[in-house]
Amino acid sequence: MTPFDKKRKFLTVLASKQKPKKEMKSLSVPENLFIKCNECGAMISKEDVIKNLNVCTNCGYHFPLSAYNRVLTIIDCGTFKELNVNLKTFNPLDFPNYSEKLQEVREKTKLNESVITGYGLINGIKAVICIMDTRFLMGSMGLACGEKITRAVEFATKQNLPLIIFSASGGARMQEGILSLYQMAKTSAAIRRHSDSGGLFISVLTNPTTGGVTASFASLGDIIIAEPNALIGFAGPRVIENTIGKELPKEAQKSEFLLKNGFVDIIAKRNDIKLLLTNILNIHQK
Amino acid sequence: MKKSKNNFLSFDENIDFDKNVDPYNRVLSARSPERPNTDEYIKALFTDFIELSGDRNFGNDKSIVAGIGMYKNIPVTVIGHRKGKSLEENMEYNFGMPNPEGYRKAERLMLQAEKFKRPIITFIDTPGAYPGLEAEQRGQGEAIAKCLYTMSSLNVPIISIIIGEGGSGGALAIGVSDYTIMLENSVFSVLSPEGFSTILWKDSSRVKEAAKVMKLTAFDLKELDIVDTIVKESENKVEWFLAIDNILSKVLPQLSSIKNIKNSRYYKIRKIGKTFI
Repeated sequence: MTPFDKKRKFLTVLASKQKPKKEMKSLSVPENLFIKCNECGAMISKEDVIKNLNVCTNCGYHFPLSAYNRVLTIIDCGTFKELNVNLKTFNPLDFPNYSEKLQEVREKTKLNESVITGYGLINGIKAVICIMDTRFLMGSMGLACGEKITRAVEFATKQNLPLIIFSASGGARMQEGILSLYQMAKTSAAIRRHSDSGGLFISVLTNPTTGGVTASFASLGDIIIAEPNALIGFAGPRVIENTIGKELPKEAQKSEFLLKNGFVDIIAKRNDIKLLLTNILNIHQK
Repeated sequence: MKKSKNNFLSFDENIDFDKNVDPYNRVLSARSPERPNTDEYIKALFTDFIELSGDRNFGNDKSIVAGIGMYKNIPVTVIGHRKGKSLEENMEYNFGMPNPEGYRKAERLMLQAEKFKRPIITFIDTPGAYPGLEAEQRGQGEAIAKCLYTMSSLNVPIISIIIGEGGSGGALAIGVSDYTIMLENSVFSVLSPEGFSTILWKDSSRVKEAAKVMKLTAFDLKELDIVDTIVKESENKVEWFLAIDNILSKVLPQLSSIKNIKNSRYYKIRKIGKTFI
């Protein structure tokens, strides 16, 4: 099978058979036949964009991808088993209006938290996978998100499995205060144990990966991959601009900037990530 | 709010604290240059302190002070954020906001502490890691992540003391510890109340309200099992040092007797917030 065949196979699956027809609607593209690309401004066929894994067919701009659609692009059809589906947060610090906000977001996204975790096969190779979803409070990491990731990492350590985390997050979740901050320590500690046991961790950074997520597990991969043109950094661009008192260059804090500065191994287009992961996993097969 | 069991000693049970102070006033007090800074704590608590410099890669960040010395008869490694007393000093120390090389110096000396089996004592006092373009270029996020990663696996005791401002990831980066001491009016939070109200409410004037809902005081953090003991800030500052000295002298031997302390640290971190999920 050539790489091209592999790609075609899961593209068809994505476009037709598998259930998420409904979920497709929830992607960030409007309900028209044609949409305007955020980056190049071209009018592009919505169907083509979806078939292209939410990547602009004209300029290659990567639109956001929901966590379950990401599963379809990475995990072999029908092999994904989700872990801790129902684990969720209950406003631990009694933050005003947070419970209502959570309920609203849960109804809207059909997600319990900003990350889904589980395991499955990637071209036949078993791996644990965590995928963050920016539609859920900007993919922010609170107690439950950190706990799900930690449990998934511990599961990978116990089962001697490779670990892949797709980050997409604004950072620590403000409404859970200091408890969110400690998720940085918790997830990093779990990653350390996975690493000490000889486990492989591939961190995939997608737009955006910032704050407490960048300053914890996302930066700790044995191999770090980034989607093109993703915003990746510790401090947000506006905070930096306020501090230094001038505008940031357009390329600052983008994937290519991180590659140049030595903080990312590979930039890979969404279409190529499954094959890349397969190759890396293959080389690390025990 | 449920309280989980704490295996470690606590020294604040019989102290009469004023718990009605407005949290924002504590924030202001935590930032005050009148407070003792890391340098003063080092002078008061340790002998033969030798400051060590540099990350062996890019440079020496003065906003983090690190070195070795003696605590009574025990060799220790000491690391802390460094704030100045005057404007000039603060300019020199970048107002206690480290760049990546500061965190890399800290990590380097933590690994060295483990090599020589020295306990580590850290002093936390920073508005946060420096948010600058060059800091990003040199991997601020990665530098902090590596500190968290390394601290979680060191097999020597780590004690952290929050002496002023504990600002976000830049504070936590040297705060993954077995035992956390917090000064009565110091604060520790995910973000400054100013940043918090701007981001969440798009209104920077609601700082006082933010400080209230953020649960950033020593008493809030003790409830959450993040802090083990609170130190009273009596009028005479010498008593602050004496109180911390007393705690260190009792806690260090207790921690040193734990066999696989990195395991106990893992479960301590793992337990935080567990009652809420």
